[in-house]
Amino acid sequence: MKLLNRLREGNLRDWGASFWEQSSPTKRKVIATSLIGFAALAPFMGFGLLDTPVSDYGAVLVYPVGMFILMALGLNIVVGKSGLLDLGYVAFFAIGAYTMAILGTRTSLNTWEIMPIGIALAMLAGLILGLPALRLRGDYLAIVTLGFGEIVRISALNTREIGGPNGIANVPVPPSIGPIKFSLNDQKAFFWVVLIMILLTIWMIRRLSVRRAGRAWEAIRQDEDVAELMGVHTLKYKLWSFSLGAAVGGAAGVLYASKTLFIAPEMFTLNVSILILACVVFGGMGNIWGVVLGAAILAYLPERIRFISDARLLVFGLALVITMNFRPDGLLPRKKREKAIVKSTQDGI
Amino acid sequence: MFSTLIDQFWSLTLSGIALGFIYVLISLGYTMVYGVLRMINFANSEIFMFGTFATIVISRDFLGNVDGTKSLPLPKLILTITLCLLGSMLVSGLVAVFVELVAYRRLRARGTNKLATLISAIGISIVLSEFMRIITNSRPTLNPRVLEKKSLFEIAGASFRMDTVLTIIFAAVLFVVLDRFVKFSRLGRAIRAVSMNEDASKLMGVDLNKVISATFLIGGLMSGAAAFFYTLTYENTKFNVGFTLGLAAFTAAVIGGIGNIRGAFFGGLSLGLVEVYASSILGTEWKSVTVFIILVLVLVLKPNGIFGEAVQQTRA
Repeated sequence: MKLLNRLREGNLRDWGASFWEQSSPTKRKVIATSLIGFAALAPFMGFGLLDTPVSDYGAVLVYPVGMFILMALGLNIVVGKSGLLDLGYVAFFAIGAYTMAILGTRTSLNTWEIMPIGIALAMLAGLILGLPALRLRGDYLAIVTLGFGEIVRISALNTREIGGPNGIANVPVPPSIGPIKFSLNDQKAFFWVVLIMILLTIWMIRRLSVRRAGRAWEAIRQDEDVAELMGVHTLKYKLWSFSLGAAVGGAAGVLYASKTLFIAPEMFTLNVSILILACVVFGGMGNIWGVVLGAAILAYLPERIRFISDARLLVFGLALVITMNFRPDGLLPRKKREKAIVKSTQDGI
Repeated sequence: MFSTLIDQFWSLTLSGIALGFIYVLISLGYTMVYGVLRMINFANSEIFMFGTFATIVISRDFLGNVDGTKSLPLPKLILTITLCLLGSMLVSGLVAVFVELVAYRRLRARGTNKLATLISAIGISIVLSEFMRIITNSRPTLNPRVLEKKSLFEIAGASFRMDTVLTIIFAAVLFVVLDRFVKFSRLGRAIRAVSMNEDASKLMGVDLNKVISATFLIGGLMSGAAAFFYTLTYENTKFNVGFTLGLAAFTAAVIGGIGNIRGAFFGGLSLGLVEVYASSILGTEWKSVTVFIILVLVLVLKPNGIFGEAVQQTRA
């Protein structure tokens, strides 16, 4: 009953936060361990009930569910934490995937060795795009990032050296770690890797949020001019936010290429950026748990319900419009104390 | 590399101007809305896309122009052009009004920040294009040929085709009409007042919702006209046709200074020319990349465009 009331009040997030803060360290450890354990067992919990009609349940957990959660968390640093609308997020995913595909097929490096290279390249791309683009605001930034995403895709499409429209095939799977083997038929290992990456990302965001960078992002999101006047080096922190987001996207890309074994430019269209944005917005911008929940729901439902899978983007578009119109803070809004006081007369972003 | 450019300079220039006029009309859609709302209307490309389908449906299904092998007789041709142009403008205009109602109005009434409105506009744009994708099965739709694309006359090797001439004349007329309308009519004054200062114009008795709806309608009408000329020239369309064209038109609006009607004219024409010249040098597959790079360069080097207000100062 209490929970229902909380739901009606609309801020389950606040309730969760206060519950967490009132728990003792031991209790916190127990909660966290059991949650992670529960998530790690997800591949065994299909039971016919959660199984997906179109594709294999274990595969669905990796892509789209796990990948979407990971990328949504990365995009959340940019969109949710610092309020910068990035519509070209797919570019970083593509850069990671292409790094894996090119190095994996042409050198003897394995996935784990390519991962840092992919991340570094994605971050570099984030910096290259960010330096000119982050001087712009709001809708201009959105258009320029959108353009960047397209440039990356079109360049991949038009460059014959990296396969052009045919893409790159025979990308190697990661080498096995001890008894855990990676193969296309059994995707549990991939799921666990994604899970570890998600946890690392969450840990990184939580650490950064309470430190200088997090406070700077929050200030920039609430009012960039004021933040700048208060001495926040806005461009620097915006670049940080951008390249950290890019790093997560790049890591997701490396793993994705290593999982699907084949990549082509058509996998990296604007639609992917929009899907990830929808996950962030639907779940609740700026709130990690909201984003995780939103991405899990939006990634899983189209796989479960065949009718939706044909009209996936339509549903995602509707999710964007409806969320913005009726519940602009998303399913799980950010904590009340983090909310900005935005005056209706001022059009701050 | 440059030989094509030099050999066919005048013919390229002509097709650049024709393409430029299509850009001018679409970028008016962006510029009008930006003027009053200080927002990019992300759904403008879909508003355009609906216009192209309206043209095809009217020409093919209502007027029965299915035989695309030869040109129509003159009376039927005039009827087709008039009905398609008006129909396409009307459909796009109505879609634009619908977009404003669904994606913008509620958020504006509540005074939410721009990020929310932007996301809502992106959402409606996805919904519109996916709707069209699903009902057309992702296939491109052909427009039956209504007029033979024979050359009327030639100047310096550039052949003035029927469709090129029609596009240029009609688009120029529409542009002048719009420019006069915004300058002299009562509604035009209201639109300019809102774009100068929303609060003050509200105090002076301007009905804000009505003016904003009207602005979307006018922007939609212009994009609809562009859609008609586009389908007339290129004779096919697809659910995502608005994406590249919309971005190019947006770039055009930014070049001229977004929010400025005459700037859109200048920006559209220059982008049309640059795009055609650049494609002849680099090849058409790099066309959209060229456009994006121009956009980024303009935004970084001269963000207020050539006639416009400063982008960076305008809180976006």
